[in-house]
Amino acid sequence: MSEAVVPDAMVSPAVGGLHGEKAGGPAVDFSYVGIDAILEQMRRKAMKQGFELNIMVVGQSGLGKSTLMNTLFKSKVSRKSVLATAQEKIPKTIEIKSISHDIEEKGVRMKLTVIDTPGFGDQINNENCWQPIMKFINDQYEAYLQEEININRKKRIPDSRVHCCIYFIPPTGHCLRPLDVEFMRRLSKVVNIVPVIAKADTLTLEERDFFKKKIREELRANGIDVYPQKEFDEDAEDRMINEKIREMIPFAVVGSDQEYQVNGRRLLGRKTKWGTIEVENIAHCEFAYLRDLLIRTHMQNIKDITSSIHYEMYRVRRLNENNTVMASAELERTDAQYPSTSESPSSVTC
Amino acid sequence: MASSDVARQPDKGVRPLSLAGHVGFDSLPDQLVNKSICQGFCFNILCIGETGIGKSTLMDTLFNTNFENFESSHFEPQVKLRAQTYDLQESNVRLRLTVVNTVGFGDQMNKQESYQPVVDYIDRQFESYLQEELKIKRSLHNYHDSRVHACLYFISPSGHSLKSLDLVTMKKLDSKVNIIPVIAKADTISKSELHKFKIKIMSELVSNGVQIYQFPLDDETVAKVNTTMNGHLPFAVVGSTEEVSVGNKMVKARQYPWGVVQVENENHCDFVKLREMLICVNMEDLREQTHTRHYELYRRCKLEEMGFKDTGPESKPVSLQQTYEAKRQEFLVELQKREDEMRQMFVQRVKEKESELKEAERELQSRFEQLKRLHADEKAALEEKKRLLDEDQSSFSKRRAAAQLLQAQSLTANGKKDKDRKNE
Repeated sequence: MSEAVVPDAMVSPAVGGLHGEKAGGPAVDFSYVGIDAILEQMRRKAMKQGFELNIMVVGQSGLGKSTLMNTLFKSKVSRKSVLATAQEKIPKTIEIKSISHDIEEKGVRMKLTVIDTPGFGDQINNENCWQPIMKFINDQYEAYLQEEININRKKRIPDSRVHCCIYFIPPTGHCLRPLDVEFMRRLSKVVNIVPVIAKADTLTLEERDFFKKKIREELRANGIDVYPQKEFDEDAEDRMINEKIREMIPFAVVGSDQEYQVNGRRLLGRKTKWGTIEVENIAHCEFAYLRDLLIRTHMQNIKDITSSIHYEMYRVRRLNENNTVMASAELERTDAQYPSTSESPSSVTC
Repeated sequence: MASSDVARQPDKGVRPLSLAGHVGFDSLPDQLVNKSICQGFCFNILCIGETGIGKSTLMDTLFNTNFENFESSHFEPQVKLRAQTYDLQESNVRLRLTVVNTVGFGDQMNKQESYQPVVDYIDRQFESYLQEELKIKRSLHNYHDSRVHACLYFISPSGHSLKSLDLVTMKKLDSKVNIIPVIAKADTISKSELHKFKIKIMSELVSNGVQIYQFPLDDETVAKVNTTMNGHLPFAVVGSTEEVSVGNKMVKARQYPWGVVQVENENHCDFVKLREMLICVNMEDLREQTHTRHYELYRRCKLEEMGFKDTGPESKPVSLQQTYEAKRQEFLVELQKREDEMRQMFVQRVKEKESELKEAERELQSRFEQLKRLHADEKAALEEKKRLLDEDQSSFSKRRAAAQLLQAQSLTANGKKDKDRKNE
């Protein structure tokens, strides 16, 4: 806990007095206060409480969503592994299924919830297929809001808000389809979207680069802000890191939960007649980048953006909505009583 | 909001899984810590104690800096609070520290209301946080949290027991803030007296039902040290920013002719224990208790006072929004009703006044008619009289004329007669 670094205690301009260090003075821990012990306290508290993460996977069936989830978390987290019915029947409408798991690594406990959307994009007429998903996300925000405005509220409000939505783009190699554009456009406003190119082992490296460039252009042209959003970069350092990531999205991923022997090591991969694709090899696919982004470096940031930006936007909208409804009802009543006054009721926008 | 309680037993529908390899989310606490480092921390301490008891000196000693302080006078008419904010930094941790001191506490002749400014200050901080939380467009993570996290109550070292002012103040504050009592100027008490004093103080606090802050025992890493420290409460502290050379070191101490009281010597006073407990071990817990216990209590009381409930009359859950709207409706309806009433009253009064005036007008009219008639009558009567008079006059003049004629005739007749006689 106590560091060998000599701490200084600087005080803001209110004081013109002494600083912690004395010239030629011995006894370093003499001026040590111990404020930085709070980091350790925070860490202890966080470990004790555990973390929560809610990931939603969206994409047509057969793109490898469940396999990717299993690969990301190195265990059978997908819906198919849990439910006994391994039927591959495509549902008639979009369903939303969420499964929760308790996982632990090196003392850090996490409650991971994977939200699956079977049936997305599988019908013949896919208009409005984002609506059930939007509704689900907004319902989670609503549940949190209701808990928050209670009088007697819980010590820790259970967080079921969707932190991150991984959108699977089929590897056509050309450009985004209207369904993709429409979905991402609508949902990037309410949730963090991470687009990935699924089954990337069908694209050669040149095709992959071309595809990615095309996708980035289309995203920019349609004004779709995927994670990491440019406007939420906090400082120059953040911007630098995030720019590098933005150069690489969407990640071209390959998922696998089977291990093969490669060069004397056991690695996750896909074995084909012409070679073995190693999942965690960055020369083969970009799975490692995705994993690092989602889990190792930006997980906290994703959760923060969800809670402080997306949730707050929802809250503002919702509370204003109530006020507008009230105000317009009021104006109508006033109109009825005094028909001489000419006031036009404000339009209610939801 | 970043993390939540994971139940000790898994909830239904949550399966425990084991991982086949290293996933990497063990870096989550580090990510959390890094974010907090970027944001900085804030901590607010409230020091309550009589003037001259050593509050500012202790703060200086605790945080190893020289907060700009000046001596307060003993003649304050009322207890006031003075808050000062400082930005401290140690290695890579930035702390925004706010120290609130009471000025003039215990100096008045009548100390009955001494605790009130303190309670008001604490409530004001809760209130402003509540306001921010209830806003529509809010920015809670940028909000400078000014709620009081810890309250150091300075007990004067009389050696006997607590003063009644102390008991009253602490009783009022124990449900609003984490109270840590300290015995100030502990170098005036000997060791044996101190031991008895501490026992007396704790027993008085318990018997009066004052709940002071207990260091938390639920985390195994710190439970042991916290339990021992709980037994040393209240801490007997000595503060000093002056340095004295002891042996070959310069230490913070107070120099007396009979010896040197070293501040950081555990045999001399409990300063090191206080610093460790307050800052190194439990700072985060103090902040958490303030937010989850004291602030929630305040919020609940405040909202219930304003009339919000969680469940409506049919015991269906009623949201804050609905209650607020219902209240607003009620209020507007009330306003409307009052407006109508006033309008009614006004119309009523206008009618009354109108009828009154009409009545008066009619009366006047009738009187006028009456007078006119009287006048006409009198005039007629007068006319009559005049006519009579005229008649009389005319008849009189006729008679006079007749009389004159008669007289004239009689004269002439007499004259003739005379003539006649003469002639004879």
